[in-house]
Amino acid sequence: MIPAAFEYARPTSVDEALQAVAEGGEDVKIMAGGQSLIPVMRLRLAAPSTVVDLGRVAEMRGVRDDGDALVIGAMTTHAEVITDPLVAQHAKLIAEATETVADRQTRRRGTFGGALAHADPAGDLPAVALALDAEMVVAGPNGRRTVPASEFFVDYLTTTLDEGEILVEIRVPKLAGDWGVRYEKFNRVAQAWSIVAVAAAVRRENGHIAEARIGLTNMGPTPLRASATEAALNGAAASPDAVAAAARSAAEGTSPSSDLNAQADYREHLAQVLTRRAVTAAAGL
Amino acid sequence: MTQVSMRVDGVSYTDEVEPRTLLVHHLREALGKVGTVVGCDTSNCGACTVHLDGQAVKSCTVFAVQADGAEVTTIEGIGSQGDLHPVQKAFHEMHGLQCGFCTPGMIMASIDLLKENPNPSETEVREGIEGNLCRCTGYQNIVRAVQQAAGEMSGSSDTLGAQA
Ligand SMILES: Cc1cc2nc3c(=O)[nH]c(=O)nc-3n(C[C@H](O)[C@H](O)[C@H](O)COP(=O)(O)OP(=O)(O)OC[C@H]3O[C@@H](n4cnc5c(N)ncnc54)[C@H](O)[C@@H]3O)c2cc1C
Ligand code: FES
Ligand code: FES
Repeated sequence: MIPAAFEYARPTSVDEALQAVAEGGEDVKIMAGGQSLIPVMRLRLAAPSTVVDLGRVAEMRGVRDDGDALVIGAMTTHAEVITDPLVAQHAKLIAEATETVADRQTRRRGTFGGALAHADPAGDLPAVALALDAEMVVAGPNGRRTVPASEFFVDYLTTTLDEGEILVEIRVPKLAGDWGVRYEKFNRVAQAWSIVAVAAAVRRENGHIAEARIGLTNMGPTPLRASATEAALNGAAASPDAVAAAARSAAEGTSPSSDLNAQADYREHLAQVLTRRAVTAAAGL
Repeated sequence: MTQVSMRVDGVSYTDEVEPRTLLVHHLREALGKVGTVVGCDTSNCGACTVHLDGQAVKSCTVFAVQADGAEVTTIEGIGSQGDLHPVQKAFHEMHGLQCGFCTPGMIMASIDLLKENPNPSETEVREGIEGNLCRCTGYQNIVRAVQQAAGEMSGSSDTLGAQA
């Protein structure tokens, strides 16, 4: 279908973009890669009166090294993230998860920031941002603020972004020490969203697991950490048995939905199995 | 209306478009590039795949205004009747199509894949073109066609070397 008519703005800087968003009124929509927005506009599930296209805001694109953190511009495309040498070195988990997103063509347009701002519970990158303790740098009419991933995702398709605010870049703390990572995604057909997925980062020290960070995709309206499993793994032996035992609590505190793809109890089962697989692989077992 | 300029298959065009015009509709309806087709309403099928500044995209999920200033290549711009692109030739020879509706997109996605990975395994081909759906062939011959084209494109010097 053809989307409803709209006014189009194409700013070239963050300041211009903020102004365009402010002038766009109540029905303004920000467009990043458009890979989620255009489909819903085609189905007329969204009909914004103004679209502010961030595609030419060069300062929002690219990855830079900022000491103990990596800074990923919100407009960096999935394809760019996958091939970026800094991401490969310091945040491999993001690259691994991004490779599972959608398909080749969609990854060429879709962006890291767009996927986070969209906050789809089945989206692969929010759980990764949460597991890595990423921080969102948000620009608004009154300047910039930084929001930790743990506070950014509020509800189904909802973030703390206020009207008039733009997600500019994402700060990802570098993992220091001997970390292994793995993203385990379960879906059934090509280019499909996660039924459940698990993002794991594990630090090993002297044959033990010193620290584990586990993000869950699609186990509730927002991404979640598998806190009980993380706690059980802290200081545990780096052995398949210890990992399997800890993974049994992966679904604790989650509230998965039941839909055409899976019932809630099946999702709970998947969370345990995928957590075991992801942690086992991340721990190099 | 917004003015957009783009080079499509080597020819420059400047037109007035409504911002809501999808690139695929602009290509087909304003520029007559009907080789590129629309197969779905949900950004899934990939039939509309074209190259935007050298990269495969779903042209039903890009507004024409976003392609302002860009170089677009469609299935009509990669070869000619007498001089098919190696991927076109391989789809023909390996029977990589039945009804042919998915073929323009399959070929554009495959060219993009081969640029990145000139010698893909069967699994890599299947994953590389996962954004394109075919309702006829069962994919078997499509995968064969892409691998044959890969051999011809990257291995042509090898083959010559082997023969010499
Ligand atoms: C066929 C298909 C399959 C897909 N499969 C997957 C999958 O398996 N896993 C997955 O994670 N995703 C999947 N996606 C979604 C894809 O990852 C999108 O790219 C992503 O969700 C949105 O990114 P975008 O840059 O295209 O954002 P857009 O579509 O442009 O925007 C999405 C939303 O975020 C808002 N927004 C975007 N950027 C900003 C910003 N900087 N500041 C404030 N608000 C902003 C927009 O206003 C809009 O509401 C799929 C998409 C398609 C079409
Ligand atoms: S027409 Fe189906 S993906 Fe574009
Ligand atoms: S040949 Fe008919 S859809 Fe692929």
